Amino acid sequence: MQNDRLLTFAIRYGFLILLAGLVLYFSAVASGFATPRSAAFILQSVAITGILALGVTCTLVVDGFDLSIGAVATSALMLSAYAMVILELPASIAVLLCLGMGAFVGLINGLLIVKFRVPDLLATLGMMFLLIGLQRIPTQGNSIATGMSLPGGNVAEGTFSAAFLWLGRHRFDLFLEKLVPVPVVVFLLIAVLIWVFLEFTRHGRLMYAIGSNERAAALVGTNVSRYKVAAYMISGMTASIGGILLAARLGRGDIASGNNLLLDAVAAALIGFAVLGAARPNAFGTAIGALFVGILLQGLTMLNAPYYTQDFVKGAVLVVALVFTFYLSAKRGASTTS
Amino acid sequence: MPHTRQIKTLDVMGLNKTFGQNHVLRGIDLSLEAGEVVALMGANGAGKSTLVKVICGHHNADSGQLQLDGRDYAPSSAADAIAHGVVTVHQSIDDGVIPDLDVATNLTLDHLTSPGAGVFIKRRAMRDKARAVAQSMGLTMDVRTIVADLSVADRQMIAIARAMARTPKVLILDEPTSSLSATEAERLFTLIDKLRDQGVAILYISHRMSDIRRIADRIVSMRDGKIAGIFDTKPLDYEGAVMAMLGHRMTEVDIDPQPGKTPILRLKNLQLRADSPAFDLTAHDGEVVAVIGLLGSGKSRLADVIYGLHPVAAGDMTLDGDSYAPNSAGHAVKAGVHMSSKDRATNAVIPDFDIANNMTVPFLGAFSRASLLSKRKQRRATDEMIDQIGVVCQSNSDGIGTLSGGNQQKVMIARWLLKPCRVLLLDEPFQGVDIGARRDIGRHIRSTAQGRTTLVFCAEIDEALEIADRIIVLNEGALVGEHINSEIDLTELVTQVSAAKVPA
Repeated sequence: MQNDRLLTFAIRYGFLILLAGLVLYFSAVASGFATPRSAAFILQSVAITGILALGVTCTLVVDGFDLSIGAVATSALMLSAYAMVILELPASIAVLLCLGMGAFVGLINGLLIVKFRVPDLLATLGMMFLLIGLQRIPTQGNSIATGMSLPGGNVAEGTFSAAFLWLGRHRFDLFLEKLVPVPVVVFLLIAVLIWVFLEFTRHGRLMYAIGSNERAAALVGTNVSRYKVAAYMISGMTASIGGILLAARLGRGDIASGNNLLLDAVAAALIGFAVLGAARPNAFGTAIGALFVGILLQGLTMLNAPYYTQDFVKGAVLVVALVFTFYLSAKRGASTTS
Repeated sequence: MPHTRQIKTLDVMGLNKTFGQNHVLRGIDLSLEAGEVVALMGANGAGKSTLVKVICGHHNADSGQLQLDGRDYAPSSAADAIAHGVVTVHQSIDDGVIPDLDVATNLTLDHLTSPGAGVFIKRRAMRDKARAVAQSMGLTMDVRTIVADLSVADRQMIAIARAMARTPKVLILDEPTSSLSATEAERLFTLIDKLRDQGVAILYISHRMSDIRRIADRIVSMRDGKIAGIFDTKPLDYEGAVMAMLGHRMTEVDIDPQPGKTPILRLKNLQLRADSPAFDLTAHDGEVVAVIGLLGSGKSRLADVIYGLHPVAAGDMTLDGDSYAPNSAGHAVKAGVHMSSKDRATNAVIPDFDIANNMTVPFLGAFSRASLLSKRKQRRATDEMIDQIGVVCQSNSDGIGTLSGGNQQKVMIARWLLKPCRVLLLDEPFQGVDIGARRDIGRHIRSTAQGRTTLVFCAEIDEALEIADRIIVLNEGALVGEHINSEIDLTELVTQVSAAKVPA
């Protein structure tokens, strides 16, 4: 009995306690870790990954998967640069174009899965390839920056407008001057929105029902196809928001950026399974998962761990989190049901 | 052990097992002899499954002893139990077969894992071997058929055939007929007779009295983790066995059939399949109509048609006089037609949800404002239903998986009683449900029957007799009989259900 309670406690709070422990440890040994600036830096480093992770969480909830988020983000990055630098459109149009593109890709993903019965991993893998290729075609594989020469012999004269760059570079004042960057605010906002949507609305509840037993959900009258398509559209939109913020931070359409986005985002969402012993995709967990990786990397960097160890660390965290989720929770499941 | 007692094939002595605070098995003594079929009865939660799981190596006992042919037997795993000759066919069929492989591979799978099996598969030899096994079981299908393409019944037979390929000393069958039609079940019984003659000790777990009457040599009743009675003097005392299992006398359900009042649902010239005959059916307010028929008789199809999952082949439906042609479950629910589906594990239970969420899932809209769910409303409505229908649980936030089958089924049915409806369809509501829970459900359905019409689709005649005002018999897509549930001519009813050819 004692053991059972301990196990339940460990599953529920283990990850959060680990997180608190890490923060305390780094605060003690790395000077400058426990400062607002450092906190803002951590948040900034995870904001874009986190936004993508929240989107992929929605697809995980309906027992799907979206491998195309990284490619959607880089496509949004290239599209916004193309719109402003080459087509010389205003920032607002560029943003709308990107959001529309994200929603459209999500719609196609969803239709491929729901109507054409392509398994989710394959459909979104195909979409990923397609987008990675597509975003290179208009510029013949080059990055986009003001002053680049165009195929016709002209020079691209458009610029990233100040309003657009604001999205990536402005910092709001909070206690300290210019502390909180816009992407962090967007991340937190989206986190709260998706959290409320998944946990507290009937639509979220039905999406969880679909993820748990799709047939049963359909037989109680749920429009399963519509919710699945919606999940992929949310995922596509959030990925495009991530891409816009990345473009605004970089200030150029860099073809090589965003390589790690997919894996980092998926890792964050999967680490989220372990938070509060949820053992299922959840928005709060995803946000914590992203933060966990950010804090660990920031702390290790301040302790002079070399940059090339980062992926190793992320991988280790992911594996530990998965063991938490699947092994310990399964054990708990076995002891409560006869 | 006194020498007067002969050595049993399997001897279970003083078995105890606890899960947490739950004392599931309290000193079980049970013995199986070679060439004997022992029927194990028990309400859900009596400890039958746990007992089986201990015998087949899934669980370790806390105390007590098992002996196989007089030697100590303590299986460390399911594989170990099989190696000792104790083979179990579990209730869920797909545990017993590999659906994506063909019949031949399924039947010979165990030889692939046995030592010295060689690296390459000898297809011809494998097929011959499989054919021999299939023939001995009376299976006639082509062994090259993919198992997933077979009917449920055939898959069940394959699962049993696989078990038989291991030449067991003890064979445990956990509700093997729950998805079989009467003819298919009869095939299984013939096989069981054959195995009994070969000297296999068989433990047969079932809720179905008809099965038990047909094959049991001895009945063991379990209740609350103990053996409540052993019945082995011929003729077997079936009523006594049921009493021992329930702990009280099995009260006959008294039904005073109500004549239909206002018609609610009317089917006109309805054809279930393009080639099946048309029929009419009217269901009235306050009436409970049972639709019975074998597997493949079209009763599940009829339920699906009314619930909008299948289009009608021909004919019309009207609901309260208005034309009714649902094209999806969502549409049907909106029109006030609710259906509790059969096979709750596949079609109804949402395993990740607790009781309250499982119950309220069809009507989340009613429990939310501007899409935001009101947990309080959900919980309150759930608590009311839990009280009314008698779900045994700690609280409405228990995981659905912690409930016994009967209680899960109560939740699944309660789900559709949360909101008033015009037509309530219950497809196989008593599947895998013990008699106690079955009575609770039946009583509740009858007591709430006013204001809607209820159609219950069931395979067993006694289930229909327990709940219905009127009984409709389907056979191969045709309506072949209609009876008011008082002084029914049972012989006629049985003939209609099982008649091979539909009288033209």
